[in-house]
Amino acid sequence: MIEADVFRTFMNTSMDEAVVVANGYLSRQAFWCRDLSTNFYMLGSMGLALSIGLGVALAQPRRRVAVLDGDGNLLMSLGALAMAGHMALPNLMHIVIDNQQYASTGGQASLSGSIKMPMLALAAGYRIGLEASDQTQLSEALEQMRAVDGPSFLRVLVSAGVEVGPRVPRSPEEIARTFKESIAEDEA
Amino acid sequence: MTGADFCELTSALEYDFFTGVPDSTLGTALKVLESDPRYQYVPSVREDNAVGLAVGAYLGGRNPVVFMQNSGLGHCLNALTSLVSLYKIPLLLIVGWRGADEFDAPEHILMGSASPALLTAVGIPFWIPGQDDVGTSLRAASVRSRSENCPVALLIRERVIY
Repeated sequence: MIEADVFRTFMNTSMDEAVVVANGYLSRQAFWCRDLSTNFYMLGSMGLALSIGLGVALAQPRRRVAVLDGDGNLLMSLGALAMAGHMALPNLMHIVIDNQQYASTGGQASLSGSIKMPMLALAAGYRIGLEASDQTQLSEALEQMRAVDGPSFLRVLVSAGVEVGPRVPRSPEEIARTFKESIAEDEA
Repeated sequence: MTGADFCELTSALEYDFFTGVPDSTLGTALKVLESDPRYQYVPSVREDNAVGLAVGAYLGGRNPVVFMQNSGLGHCLNALTSLVSLYKIPLLLIVGWRGADEFDAPEHILMGSASPALLTAVGIPFWIPGQDDVGTSLRAASVRSRSENCPVALLIRERVIY
């Protein structure tokens, strides 16, 4: 499985979740797989995808929020995992796309290979901690996460070194405005 | 200004999402935020996470405030520059200013003297109120933040909020 498989599977079965995508290649992959107005593409602030997602989820308790995170992002700010477990928001889904490397800076190894991520999430207080390494497991895991209250966690193991499209061709201001307006409309 | 009055005023200025990391300089205000359910204070583990939470809350339709000690500015500089300023998010930062003079604890001296220059260097407008003009500074900061869609900061010396 490659990163694009995860984005395609997620976006094509979208249930109108507000989606926060981590920076680096992940945002670029997500944008070129399927750009939805309910996607927020992080460009910088590495490590903060989960924190941003928690903020959205707190502000909009009736809307499901999905954080599409990376292994480097997660490990940069593990404290956020503690916050997510502590807050125990039923509308939060956290998906870590794990290629075991820092792809956009040249493929340097991350530490993720030795970390039992779903166990970390469960220990922090998530209600579900899943792992998927093929398409069937991914589809089943997403279906399960969408059927129950969160916070739920899924680690998806993907192959490293896949080609990526150009940078997201929208201004940061436009990304924020589109996302904000699109999730506000649906709440009203 | 008392901590309770400070919280009332931020609320009157339509701020409705409060998060941060504790600081003794802001202690009385934080005590009110934590104990009064109107504010629904969200404790964060680190200043950059607090900034991330605040930005998420803003995107979800809220008006956020982040409380922190100035030692935490270093933790969240990247979040302030490559998230808040980049995406033009109006964010109010209430920053307790330890090391504002050389009489504070040694760990606060260097960051204390550097804090105003640090905010200037990353283009964050800031106010340093005295006890009598906290309200004026807070109003001016909120107007600037909302008209320019940018982060703004109040640097709060000890005993200014009591």
